[in-house]
Amino acid sequence: MAIKLIRKRATSGGERLHRGGPLGGSARWQQKAASILAVIRRINYDPVLLFFLMLIAAIGLVAGYSASEQSVVWVEKSAFRFALAFLLMLAIAQIPQRFFFTIAPWLFGFVVLLLVAVYLFGDIGKGARRWLDLGFIRFQPAEFLKLGMPMMLAWFLAKRPLPPRFLDVLIALMLIAIPTILIILQPDLGTAILVMMAGIFVLFFAGLSWWYVLAFVLAVSAAAPMMWFYVMHDYQKERVLTLFNPMADPLGAGYHTIQSMIAIGSGGIWGKGWLQGTQSHLNFLPEGTTDFILAVYAEEFGLMGLIILFSLYLAVIWRGLMIAAYAESTAGRMLAAAISMTFLVYVFVNAGMVIGILPVVGVPLPLMSYGGTALVTIMIALGMLMSIRTQRSFLGHER
Amino acid sequence: MSIRDAWRSTEPVRLEDHGVDTRHQARQIFRRRILLAAFIALAVFAILLWRAAFLQVDRHAHFSELAESNRTRTLVIPPERGRIFDDAGRVVADNIATFQVQITREDATNLKQELTILQEVLNLDDDTMNDLRERIRFGRSFDPMLVKSDLTPFEMAKIAQLQPWLPGVEIHSSLKRVYPYRQLLAHVVGYVGRINVADLKRINPDVYQGTQYIGKSGIERQYEDVLHGTPGHKDVEVDALGRVVKVLNIVRPIPGKDIHLSLDVPLQGIAAAALGAFSGAVVVEDPRTGAIKAMVSRPSFDPNLFVDGISQKNYKALLDDPERPLFDRAMTATYPPGSTIKPVMALAGLQAGIVDPNKKFFAGPYFQIPGDEHRYRDWQRWGHGWVTLDDAITQSCDVYFYDLAFRLGIDKLHQFLTEFGLGAKTGIDLPGESSGLVPSREWKRKTKNQAWYPGETVIAGIGQGYMLTTILQLAQTTATLAESGKRFRPWLVKTNELAEPSIVMNHASYWNDVRHGMFDVVNSPKGTARRIAAPYLIAGKTGTAQVFTVAQNARYNAKALAQKLHDHALFIGFAPYDDPRIAVAIIAEHGGSGAGTTAPMARKIMDYALGYQAKAPVKIELINHGD
Repeated sequence: MAIKLIRKRATSGGERLHRGGPLGGSARWQQKAASILAVIRRINYDPVLLFFLMLIAAIGLVAGYSASEQSVVWVEKSAFRFALAFLLMLAIAQIPQRFFFTIAPWLFGFVVLLLVAVYLFGDIGKGARRWLDLGFIRFQPAEFLKLGMPMMLAWFLAKRPLPPRFLDVLIALMLIAIPTILIILQPDLGTAILVMMAGIFVLFFAGLSWWYVLAFVLAVSAAAPMMWFYVMHDYQKERVLTLFNPMADPLGAGYHTIQSMIAIGSGGIWGKGWLQGTQSHLNFLPEGTTDFILAVYAEEFGLMGLIILFSLYLAVIWRGLMIAAYAESTAGRMLAAAISMTFLVYVFVNAGMVIGILPVVGVPLPLMSYGGTALVTIMIALGMLMSIRTQRSFLGHER
Repeated sequence: MSIRDAWRSTEPVRLEDHGVDTRHQARQIFRRRILLAAFIALAVFAILLWRAAFLQVDRHAHFSELAESNRTRTLVIPPERGRIFDDAGRVVADNIATFQVQITREDATNLKQELTILQEVLNLDDDTMNDLRERIRFGRSFDPMLVKSDLTPFEMAKIAQLQPWLPGVEIHSSLKRVYPYRQLLAHVVGYVGRINVADLKRINPDVYQGTQYIGKSGIERQYEDVLHGTPGHKDVEVDALGRVVKVLNIVRPIPGKDIHLSLDVPLQGIAAAALGAFSGAVVVEDPRTGAIKAMVSRPSFDPNLFVDGISQKNYKALLDDPERPLFDRAMTATYPPGSTIKPVMALAGLQAGIVDPNKKFFAGPYFQIPGDEHRYRDWQRWGHGWVTLDDAITQSCDVYFYDLAFRLGIDKLHQFLTEFGLGAKTGIDLPGESSGLVPSREWKRKTKNQAWYPGETVIAGIGQGYMLTTILQLAQTTATLAESGKRFRPWLVKTNELAEPSIVMNHASYWNDVRHGMFDVVNSPKGTARRIAAPYLIAGKTGTAQVFTVAQNARYNAKALAQKLHDHALFIGFAPYDDPRIAVAIIAEHGGSGAGTTAPMARKIMDYALGYQAKAPVKIELINHGD
């Protein structure tokens, strides 16, 4: 994966820079500039995806300024985080996609081991055993699986005949089930669902027979009551019940939902105007800068604002699916499609929660919510998407 | 050819199973599914928008109304904390007004210039200014930001003068807790501090909204509920940014109640001064009521340091001080009582009927348990000869009490001392009291898992060994002796006054036998404290407690080492003998002998308390609290 730099003489042929140049006539300088430019030109990125993502991030900062009670410091911090995240995305985009599938089984195996470690001696934070404390750093191994799972499955299925045959489907389901169960045991239902969905998407795009899909749907509807009685914790049940009747406990479990619905509903079609939202500014809306930023945005920019924002998200997903459709490698196209759909799940789960059609789960809105780990995960995924778009080596030429 | 080989080969191969190229088929399926996924994405956003439209168009009026009604706020008005007074009405914990400068961003017309002016006038350093700029930028535009607290009159005048150039700058006043007597009453009155996480666990947060102080120790902590008061509140209407538009309703706070202590500040000052350079404690109690008139622990600290959060440096200095100024020596520290326990031992012996007050006993230079070689020596190398009970107390004859304790046995000894209130908290209205220790067979088995040895009974007779008491307990014991068995719970605030069951002796004359012994300690030519004989009649008992713990590895210079090895000097006493009005217990750590060091201290305290002028009046330096 050596960096191959092809130096061309600046004076040769059509690529010659104009004589004398704006900064003097030193041929050496021009040579240097030309070679640097050549490298920069070879930086791989998807302009369409980048454009839409930056628009969403900009909206996120605008809404965040209002949600953070007009704190310039917050906006600076947030913009800095976004800048870092975009750089990370571009860095990931330079990695040849083969690399992702080479590390996939190792990453997957390692993270599953970590999950077992968390289960055995994890740290308890907020009543759930999610964190692994290595002394110098505490982290949630489950977060890695949001990417590790589709990578692993794409790697696994691409080596087998497609559409997958019964035995392969069975193994793939095992690969999905083991970490999912480990994450449910933590308990972190939100992450477990995201991880499971990512795996199932890969299976789906691998061309899983509709009979399997049907069987899966049936299994889920059969498992739902089982989950309710045996797996879900009381606070999780409460959130689901609240969804159906938020007014039952307006100051307790239903508080978030009610306040968020008041914020959105009072926004109307055109919204109250930027910085004019009362719900968020009077602190009725908790976590305005994180999970509930969409409510702040919808209150101030109304239905029109939501249409614009959702269009941008749709554009990102559309672009991701396009990349998947045109990807050449089998593993790459499955991974790209799964990442796009996981992105959709993020948006749907968060927006659905804010808007009051899904229970309250801690899933952030990509590029809008203020949050470290989730942003990093999403940006790495988008970087992979960009890497899959161009099938080339590190800073190399397009194939 | 297996499927796997087919997969690996570069040529498209017809496979045996279905007769089709599976990769090609998979690609077709993939294309169709991508299309399906795109439709799913469209459908998802359609559902979200449909729901948003329902909330924002159909139910808009309903939710707008709800949002409007969300506009009232309740602001808490904290109550003023009750003050604390001494016996004569001197304020020992006060609230004084302090002034702060605040600046509001949206009212300041030229923020940059105003900040420059403020920096100049208030002499602020650059770090403070940077921090202030950051806070102004970070905070809400209409929230006042603190620039400087504790303004001097000069600074206030300067700001008032510059007011035309400082729009948006205002002076705000608030109350601050102050302890005018500084270290004199630090351990008793205690101090308040900022509410921390540990405090939050034991208080009702509703009552403490908006309050910055909570009692951390001493009376401030004990009577927190009384002193704190009830907060009021103000219902206000706010605009979209949270700015107060209209006040709807005000409920005024109820200030905390004032507290009057039984302490007498001048007496406390004299007691503190009497201790001189010694570390130690003095407790002065009124035996007729149980009122604590003075309670000194030295060295002490300045409680004012703690009020607005003590600096790390100051706190470290207090913690690292080898004399441990934060440690309350009057009721938290426990010491072996030494010979001061002898009057109680004598009572125990009389009650058990094993000593006759008039029968003479030969006290040689040492005592031996029959059948044991070990010699328990008297403090006087040649012994005391033939002594009665009275003589034994007067001369503090160790051998007499070795014999008494040995014949009494640890069980009876433990029972009587416990009945006397030793080994248990006195119940004074202060937090952090120690219970001391009266050893027993059971205690030793439980804590040390060892049997009780008769030799330990012998040394318990002179208040050594395992026995531990607080100085407060000694004062309480002295009061009981002074009142011939009538007991009161010690108190600082009248509400804690309580008569406790009296101690009844088999013959009332036993009290006088012992009390007269104590009288002779001061007033007989052989008494150990004869030097302090006064125009009024003092009864007392000196004591010396061996220092058990000398740090083995600590480095002291020779002189300090010698000082550290000195015994603790103790004295208990009451006066006047025939109608006791005060009872005193003193310890001077490493003071040497009770007769030489602590007895004269007691004299000074009693002189003042009973209104006598001593022959050579002691020069008392009251702790300066003016500045």
